[in-house]
Amino acid sequence: MPQRKPFLGAVTAVALTAAAIPAAAADVERGRQAAQTCIACHQADGAGNAALGYPRLDLFAEDYIIQQLQHFKAGHRQNPLMQPFARNLNEQQMADIAAYYGAQQAAVPTPPATDAALLAQGEKLVHQGDWDRHIPACTSCHGPDNRGVGASFPALAGQHASYIESQLQAWRNGTRSHDPLNLMLAVAGRMTDSDIKAAAAYLAAQPAK
Amino acid sequence: MYSRILMTTAFSLIMAHSAQAADKVPVKLPDFEPEQYVHTAPTLADLDADESIHPELRKVIKRGYDLFMNTQQLRGENVFNDMSCRNCHLGEGRQHWSAPIWPAATTLPDYRDKNWQVNSLEERIAGCFSYSMNGKPPAYGSDNMLALVAYHQWLARGAPVYEKNIAGRGFGKVADPAQTPDYQRGKKVFQENCAICHGADGQGQRVNGVVQFPPLWGDGAYNWGAGMARVDTAAAFIKHNMPLGQPGKLSDQEAWDVAYYINAQERPQDPRFEKSAAYTREKYLNFHRRTLYGTEVNGRVLGEHNNTGAKPFLKPEALRSRTFD
Repeated sequence: MPQRKPFLGAVTAVALTAAAIPAAAADVERGRQAAQTCIACHQADGAGNAALGYPRLDLFAEDYIIQQLQHFKAGHRQNPLMQPFARNLNEQQMADIAAYYGAQQAAVPTPPATDAALLAQGEKLVHQGDWDRHIPACTSCHGPDNRGVGASFPALAGQHASYIESQLQAWRNGTRSHDPLNLMLAVAGRMTDSDIKAAAAYLAAQPAK
Repeated sequence: MYSRILMTTAFSLIMAHSAQAADKVPVKLPDFEPEQYVHTAPTLADLDADESIHPELRKVIKRGYDLFMNTQQLRGENVFNDMSCRNCHLGEGRQHWSAPIWPAATTLPDYRDKNWQVNSLEERIAGCFSYSMNGKPPAYGSDNMLALVAYHQWLARGAPVYEKNIAGRGFGKVADPAQTPDYQRGKKVFQENCAICHGADGQGQRVNGVVQFPPLWGDGAYNWGAGMARVDTAAAFIKHNMPLGQPGKLSDQEAWDVAYYINAQERPQDPRFEKSAAYTREKYLNFHRRTLYGTEVNGRVLGEHNNTGAKPFLKPEALRSRTFD
């Protein structure tokens, strides 16, 4: 049974989240209160919104959510909706919101398979990559079923295709940066629009758990 | 007659394409020499598209591919650590500078300095199992050995037999470092560039029990007889392949330092061990002059132990010597 929320051991979390350690332990109930604004777009269960490209949050590890809120606050992720919200959150609130969404499990229907050729192209990229273009398989870091590895490599399986696409494009056009070691910046920069569409469609169609 | 020019042109086009798209994080790899044979190994898609291949052979090649990509399926039988072939031979064994495996099919049998005798392709594969996988090779002539051989040979499709001037072979070389490789500097490079995947303790990461990122030392890693235990070999692998997707990211000095740091850690015993690490080092100095085995680092002699990791024996029978005298 897949581990749902890999709460990272000391290993990789330390360096990445040391700055984020809140004064009090993260609290789901406090998080529910702090998340009232988030709920408007990401839903109370973290299901997000496929049509509008708002990501599912229930798939993310808590530490990953905290890191991303910090990235919005610092401007490493440029997004007119998220940046003002993130700027108003303190570290305690970020940790609480992360704990809240970390405890959710959204029921999101698998998108209908429409384009078999696109899905096949995506499957190949996701599981084999394209090494002649120095594109490693998504599974190399995001896990054998792309359900995430620790706090640094988020789950992709079951995430909305619209969101995966927008993020790969964000790395390409420079509105998202500061991923660890530029790992995604490197890969996204080598993907074509068609690669991005295919990988996103395939990943979205995979079971999240 | 194979066409070097044609192949070179094809390769340049690929490079030009990726250079155009990859401007954010450049790929920095050595240039090929003008006289070298440049091979473009076929892909699985090519295998499926090639109707001249008998379906039964296709099945065997795919079996070989599957064993190569997920060698952990042979754990406890042939593999006694956390490694799969693909961990060191990136890109399905096709990748330049990532020890592409097809040259083994076109240059063997040949004399190898590692064991001072002529080796077949099966014996070369057996070497990987004995050292890098800290294991016991599939039997010579067995189904699994045949499948692995078939995958190697098929990747070599179209390559000239016994051509040895091969572009992108092995891991390449990293120029001698300006400063002697250093443990503390290497540790810093490791923490900054490698720990995110391989863990701060170098023990890799698992997902639901499946190895996601392999350990780099300790019982789950390659043993003291593996080529990767050589500091220069590891430096070249790292320089030209790590972090994933960013060949050439580290400076030469950083690659040497981190290779030294990784290979200054303990790992399972060299299967050729006799008497002591110092004795074994001396006996196989042709190999071990490039490792830290049997030398003192941080106050202890590396390899001076009888730990064979999860492997319940020291030396597999497949490692045998022969003479034609």
